[in-house]
Amino acid sequence: MATLNANIPSGPLAQKWTRHRNESRLISPANKRKYKIIVVGAGLAGASASAALAELGYEVHNFVYHDSPRRAHSVAAQGGINAAKNYQNDGDSVWRLFYDTLRGGDFRAREANVYRLAEVSVQIIDHCVALGVPFAREYGGLLDNRSFGGAQVSRTFYARGQTGQQLLLAAYSALCRMIAAGQVKSYTHTEMLDLVVVDGHAKGIIARDLRTGRITRHNADAVVLATGGYANVFYLSTNALHSNATAIWRAYKRGACFANPCFTQIHPTCIPVSGEYQSKLTLMSESLRNDGRIWVPKRPEDCSKHPHDIPESDRDYYLERMYPAYGNLCPRDIASRAAKKVCDEGRGVGPGGRGVYLDFSDAIRRLGLAKVQERYGNLFDMYREITGEDAYQVPMRIYPAVHYTMGGLWVDYNLMSNLPGLFVIGEANFSDHGANRLGASALMQGLADGFFILPLTIGNYLATVHPSQRPSTDHAAFAAAEADVTQRLNQLLHCRGKRTPTEFHRELGRLMWDHCGMSRNRAGLQSALRQIAELRDRFWHEVNVPGESTCLNQALEKAHRVADFLELAELMCLDALHREESCGGHFREEHQLPDGEAKRDDERFAYVAAWEYAGPDRSPVLNKEPLVYEEVRMTTRSYK
Amino acid sequence: MKVTLKVWRQKDAQSPGRFVTYVTPELNPNMSFLEMLDVVNEDLIRRGEEPIAFDHDCREGICGTCSLVINGKPHGPHRGVTTCQTYLRSFKDGDTIVVEPFRARAFPVIRDLIVDRSALDRIMWAGGFISVRTGSAPEANSLPVPKDVAERAMDAAQCIGCGACVAACKNASAMLFVAAKISHLGLLPQGQPERWRRARAMIEQMDREGFGACTVTGSCEAVCPKGISLEFIARMNRDYAVALLKGDSPVRAAAAL
Repeated sequence: MATLNANIPSGPLAQKWTRHRNESRLISPANKRKYKIIVVGAGLAGASASAALAELGYEVHNFVYHDSPRRAHSVAAQGGINAAKNYQNDGDSVWRLFYDTLRGGDFRAREANVYRLAEVSVQIIDHCVALGVPFAREYGGLLDNRSFGGAQVSRTFYARGQTGQQLLLAAYSALCRMIAAGQVKSYTHTEMLDLVVVDGHAKGIIARDLRTGRITRHNADAVVLATGGYANVFYLSTNALHSNATAIWRAYKRGACFANPCFTQIHPTCIPVSGEYQSKLTLMSESLRNDGRIWVPKRPEDCSKHPHDIPESDRDYYLERMYPAYGNLCPRDIASRAAKKVCDEGRGVGPGGRGVYLDFSDAIRRLGLAKVQERYGNLFDMYREITGEDAYQVPMRIYPAVHYTMGGLWVDYNLMSNLPGLFVIGEANFSDHGANRLGASALMQGLADGFFILPLTIGNYLATVHPSQRPSTDHAAFAAAEADVTQRLNQLLHCRGKRTPTEFHRELGRLMWDHCGMSRNRAGLQSALRQIAELRDRFWHEVNVPGESTCLNQALEKAHRVADFLELAELMCLDALHREESCGGHFREEHQLPDGEAKRDDERFAYVAAWEYAGPDRSPVLNKEPLVYEEVRMTTRSYK
Repeated sequence: MKVTLKVWRQKDAQSPGRFVTYVTPELNPNMSFLEMLDVVNEDLIRRGEEPIAFDHDCREGICGTCSLVINGKPHGPHRGVTTCQTYLRSFKDGDTIVVEPFRARAFPVIRDLIVDRSALDRIMWAGGFISVRTGSAPEANSLPVPKDVAERAMDAAQCIGCGACVAACKNASAMLFVAAKISHLGLLPQGQPERWRRARAMIEQMDREGFGACTVTGSCEAVCPKGISLEFIARMNRDYAVALLKGDSPVRAAAAL
């Protein structure tokens, strides 16, 4: 069994982070430059961590599979970033941001981590402004805010509908500065394919240059994974097409525990699926729920009518009806389930009856067309390009889609996994969002981890190891890991079956969406487990990967990622099956209240499920980290 | 619908390339252009042939990874969108569509439709940042930025770094890309201390990378998926001239630390 010590500092919640900073181990400037740190990924977490570690004087090696660090998927985040600045004078505070985030996560996140996140949030805004992020401003020149789901205050900072892009460019520019200074070595087109563990410590990675196919070994004193989430296990998601789980999955298979893998987020406002050929789903920012009203016809027979022909009295603004206190701004898991419910009742609109209206006509009347255009213009443009419809004239049609994964590698308060020397930040770890993430909190977490938390906490580990003892890349562990990678790639190339990697991926995605998606039940999960094993078996016999491994080969890249998804999917279903309760995005049909709301079971499941790899053909071991709330009381969420 | 594709295939930078013709399977007009290429590639893989290599990732027009010159135009027929947001309803059944990589001396071909755009990153390293150490920033609202200035900076900051401006330019100039970054930071009060040094350093790196000069034909603006205005080039030229007059040597980041 793995030893899981969360290393939460003692003392009152509000003083834990300060105390931890005061008590953390420091490394002198002269010694910092002797340490070498690998950072995999350059999204908000990876780019900010690389830059901040380099500013401190560490030698940083940054790896991305993109052609430039500026392309990581954080770039696609639209709506905004939360921070407890209380610029609106509407009663916001660090405590409220903390509590909203913890409650939004349905009390399945670690209290101390979430509090720290809220605390650090204010520094992020200061730093991003200094880096030149052109946040939206009021006429007086000061920063503007908008509202997001799960909160009754306005605390979201934004840059039109491209907040993620602007924050990523800021983190990337900080990274560029450190590359120019020679403190960061940037490897582009280079994908991590395995983690190297020496005597129980993470000491390097095996990577593949995607242009030349060359496999390389890289050693370090610590490895930081900032490789994002695994939503693409569902094939169709809002993630970028190359987003994948390989880095964290390989780390899992080398001994890092995988926490709460079944906690996935289905985002309520995405453009509905239109056909079999579809390669991804596109999100329409949650910020649209500030001014848009969601409805479906009251009667199924009205669904085929033009929305303009359905009078006000025949419309069901179901979120406003079911959750009057939060209305259209209730949390994502709740809004998604409600959309599924009305569509299951036969009241969905659009092809296949899988859609609900997001209507701006009231907002246009209230604010004027110009204001709506200023706030959401680029989103309306995007909607028109994809659907060919003008949402200023007819309501948008939206439906939930897989968007984010709250689960990830287990980390302690220092953001270190149970494997010493392996740090995991951003979406790749599990710690801050519990069973459901609130909107505008992913950007906050990525930058908090990368700019402000990891650069300090990593010292607690580095102070215990000496750079002179860093294993060389000739060490047997490197050779063995490289051999594993080569063997896996060769096996994929030698199958020469009849089916493409994408066909298997699509099949896996459908399985996961049906059985491990918005609602789950025992029989479905058990059947999914059987089918995944069978699909995986077929994959290794029937997949066809043309070409060779010694040059750019996108089919091989894809096949390798799908192979890992086929294993991860199994763990997700196991986790969903074992968690006999409903919480946040994890809705077990067997566990619901009479009104259909999630029925949480704090007696039995107030813990983090951290799964430990036990070898091929053996069930993973379940480790439990109890969730102890020192200062808040677990309550039943109500947004009514 | 079905279309005929003439696609540029090239094994690597050293090998010669050529056009190969493919007749697509039955397509749906609601497919994106890249989903059409996915379908063609699936077919190729099933037949054991190597799929067409092309760059793509987010497929929502923001990451700047996708490229392609479609019928002679970077990012296809429409203004203000990337290739990944181009849909087949913009083409007709039976069309022949020519698909090429972004071509420029500073963008060598890696394979088929994929080119190496790292020159743009190196321009950024030369000065595309505000030098601020993590933890040292003042309170965000201590520095008011007039709304119109912030909006103007945002107009420039929207650049996704795709390189279409370079591919469209007969001189393969990267001026629109560089101007967007210089203007984004140079418009904001936070960017003032390094304004002149930044302009000079980035422009000199741009020249070293082998991009051509600007002759103000405006093709860059016409193909820019984010509609970045040519006016920013004028602004950059002015900043560059001022920087030269000021006589500051372009201090690279390393020296500034």
